[in-house]
Amino acid sequence: MKHPGARRWLLVAMAVAVGLGWAQDRLDPYFVDILTRIAINITLAVSLNLINGHAGQFSLGHAGFMGIGAYTAAAMTLFAAPHVLPGGAGGWLLGMWFLVALMAAGGMAALSGLVVGAPSLRLKGDYLAIVTLGFGQIIAVIFRNIEPLGGALGLQGIPARTNLAWAYGAAALTVYVVTALVNSTYGRGFLATHDDEVAAESMGMNTTRYKIVAFVVGSFFAGVAGGLAGHFTLSINPRGFDFNRSIEIVVMVIVGGMGRTMGVILAAALLTLLPEALRMLSGLSPSLRWVGETRPLLYSILLISLMLLRPQGLFAWKRKGTVS
Amino acid sequence: MSQSAPPAASIFRRHFRHFLLLTAVTVLGLVGCKPSDGSGAGSGTGAIKVGEFASLTGNEAAFGRSSHQGTVLAVEEINAAGGVLGRQLELITEDNQSKQDESATAVKKLISRDKVVAVLGEVASGRSLEAAPICQQYKIPQISPSSTNPKVTQMGDYIFRVCFIDPFQGTVMAKFAQSTLKAKKVAVLTDVGAPYSVGLATFFKERFVGDGGEIVAEQKFTNTDKDFKAQLTAIKSVAPDAVFVPAYYSQVTLIVLQARELGITVPFFGGDGWEAPELLQGSGSGEALEGCYFSTHFSPDQDSPRAKEFVKSYEAKYGAKPDAMAALGYDSALLLADAIRRAGVAEPTQIRDMLAQTKDFDGVSGMMTLDADRNARKSAVIIGIRDGKFVYKETVNP
Amino acid sequence: MSEFIQQLINGLSVGAMYALIAIGYTLVYGVLRFINFAHSDVFMVGSFTGLYAGRAFTQASWAGGVTVMLVSMLACAVLGIVIERVAYKPLRSRSKLTVLITAIGVSMLLQNVAQLVFGTNQQAFPDTLPATTFQLGKLVVSSKDLVVLGFTLCLLGGLEYIVLKTRIGTAMRAVSFNPQAAALMGIPIDRIISFTFGLGSALAAAGGFLWAYKFPRIDPFMGVAPGLTAFVAAVLGGIGNITGAALGGLMLGVIETMVKGSRWSTWTEAIAFVLLILVLLFKPAGLLGRVQAEKV
Repeated sequence: MKHPGARRWLLVAMAVAVGLGWAQDRLDPYFVDILTRIAINITLAVSLNLINGHAGQFSLGHAGFMGIGAYTAAAMTLFAAPHVLPGGAGGWLLGMWFLVALMAAGGMAALSGLVVGAPSLRLKGDYLAIVTLGFGQIIAVIFRNIEPLGGALGLQGIPARTNLAWAYGAAALTVYVVTALVNSTYGRGFLATHDDEVAAESMGMNTTRYKIVAFVVGSFFAGVAGGLAGHFTLSINPRGFDFNRSIEIVVMVIVGGMGRTMGVILAAALLTLLPEALRMLSGLSPSLRWVGETRPLLYSILLISLMLLRPQGLFAWKRKGTVS
Repeated sequence: MSQSAPPAASIFRRHFRHFLLLTAVTVLGLVGCKPSDGSGAGSGTGAIKVGEFASLTGNEAAFGRSSHQGTVLAVEEINAAGGVLGRQLELITEDNQSKQDESATAVKKLISRDKVVAVLGEVASGRSLEAAPICQQYKIPQISPSSTNPKVTQMGDYIFRVCFIDPFQGTVMAKFAQSTLKAKKVAVLTDVGAPYSVGLATFFKERFVGDGGEIVAEQKFTNTDKDFKAQLTAIKSVAPDAVFVPAYYSQVTLIVLQARELGITVPFFGGDGWEAPELLQGSGSGEALEGCYFSTHFSPDQDSPRAKEFVKSYEAKYGAKPDAMAALGYDSALLLADAIRRAGVAEPTQIRDMLAQTKDFDGVSGMMTLDADRNARKSAVIIGIRDGKFVYKETVNP
Repeated sequence: MSEFIQQLINGLSVGAMYALIAIGYTLVYGVLRFINFAHSDVFMVGSFTGLYAGRAFTQASWAGGVTVMLVSMLACAVLGIVIERVAYKPLRSRSKLTVLITAIGVSMLLQNVAQLVFGTNQQAFPDTLPATTFQLGKLVVSSKDLVVLGFTLCLLGGLEYIVLKTRIGTAMRAVSFNPQAAALMGIPIDRIISFTFGLGSALAAAGGFLWAYKFPRIDPFMGVAPGLTAFVAAVLGGIGNITGAALGGLMLGVIETMVKGSRWSTWTEAIAFVLLILVLLFKPAGLLGRVQAEKV
């Protein structure tokens, strides 16, 4: 992690996050909602980008890890907190506990990432996609079958702990860790694994290990994002972490450009804003009502056109000096 | 090949300035967007804005649209009759695509941008539960038309509903199974993917066993299933007197058709999820469901003038008979208008207080009184299927 | 024991339809090496085509039913070819991921267009084929189950014939084996790929028709769940392998049914994937697939 510049920017981003958290109450709640979702989606997309973009694997189960995080963090604040925290604990202590809950959320997700990843990352390409897709399905079924976690109805009454400071703080940290990791000497291994796995292997590299590290780190941040999401929507249920949610995150990565952190950040923001923009547009006049009703249709057309016209991603600027 | 690529960090660094600028501009823009006070919808003389969030597209759009059509009809009728407090009602509807995580955003938009005085929605308990904490936080009354899970109104004192709740429905059907169907051994077939189904099954079982009945089989399926023969084969082997299926109509017909194919001849019965004209569509459905019963909120054949009038105007507008979802959607808007009238001012807190005091409100789905838990205490209707038609059987009072 | 046999019959009947859908996934994977996510929605379109075509016949009859099925198959074959030409062909030289995302986009597009065209409400599928039930001791067999099994066997037989005995089938196998070499031998790759898409889509439509005949309630999202299971079946049997896909479909049908009838029924949705992950871990190419060394 020899990038003092990156670290400086991390500090700036953190300061901005804290500033945003401070300004939260002065902002329109609808925009706070959108801004928060942007931050959570950035965390999800950038962490998936480490797996799909940098390490060249293809995971279709990111929402599953997010779900594990969401349930873990919710359980920590709903069930564990009353036993651990003294009655009437103040804001400072609650905040610390939320941090612990988020770390636990990330930890559980990372652990699951290890359990799923270690055996299946030996599989190549499509097969990994299928296994991760299956993992996402299985996770939803597991949550539905655990009665204390609310079964199909899920958990309600999760306290509102996520604010803009937490959300952007986590997003900034994710961006920093992913960037620093990829740029470290160690991280060169990811790119090598991505660019030519066979060649990397014949150079004596343990590509499976790199893939697992990418998978575990990516899962960790997905779990953190899940914890944030749960304390933001205040109710969670198994259906919120299904295949469709995973696809949304994958699309952010693809639109942003695989392996392009900046592009992925912009794509996450854009794709979160887009449906709301269409919602606004349809509210302008009754003659635009159809825009709202065809939002999902427009989304799919946009996706296909993008793939046909600009498959490298909307924000994939030319990499200087890249031979392709 | 990638050795010559610059480290991502430098890209990060190079563009971070722009990103920061962008964020700063956005934030500045948003601060300007802070809702200004004083221009609230409560005062003023323009239209009274009412928000609605509904699943108009996506998996469960069928329910969402029914309910939405009822609400739209109610608002149109109220406006045609001169509005409320001399002002028109303006219904602002947001679609949540039947997706998770969309309802809260939609409701925040309705509250902070459109400045609605109240929110109507939703059919599914899961999505009503997403919106409820928001409405509670901003002290905007929410009226759910047809979420029957008890948890919904427990989210706070601003959350109401115009339907009865599952414990009542479970009790009604448990009593009905014993007294009318004379069933001692009942099998239960639950949709574990739907909180509605799981809840209703639980309340039914509690009451039925409490009254001395026996649950001989508990089989489960999920909401995407179409093939129920496995569960039904298992049910057939224990020979129950009747089968309780607290599921949605979309699956009930298939379940009963397959049961008849397997030679299960006992009656099936269920809850308000059965209610829809689609239940009896298609060849063979009517015969298969002959002698089956379900409890619901409303029957188009009910002998009340109010209901008859509603059925007529609904048919005139949409060309189809209304189902329970439509009736409850209609009632939710009607109750809100009534509460605003009683409050004398379109102001959320006062509307809430008036809603809480609702007594003997004459809705199309029956007389209702909101109890201390903000649930509608109202009668349930039991409908039977005879000769391929819904036939009103009886009304059960709470 | 009779319950076990009854469940076996129930399972085989669903499994047969999984097999039909699974073959579509496998055929496309064979020639293009990508997962056609839109396949399950072609299946849905097949059902709806059957619904509209079925209205031409007021009486359930064999001739009518078979005609309706053929109409659906033809319509979906055209749809499949159009999808391939418009959405996938321009991307043939791109990364597999790009194609995969496009396929997901096409899948969403079909679902959303279907919602606009067919409506969001569930619709009842007309009885197009005659139906009765047979009682064999304690066993009950619906003629629907026999029809589904019979039709599936006929279609599989037809497919085997096309793939193994015809010129175009030989060309398909050649393209699947090595596209470059096939092209050098003068095989019109584009036409073969189009044909493969058409064939797979026609089978999906047949599956959709039979599905709607057995479960006469259809809606724009009906393809998602069976599509996913069928896809797992294709991988389970060894993707690219037609017999494997059929075997995988039947297997999953039976296993799912057995689990559904047991105490563990709430785990049904997970069972296909658990099985899949186990198979992939121990036999990565699927039950009947061949392991291929990656060419550098």
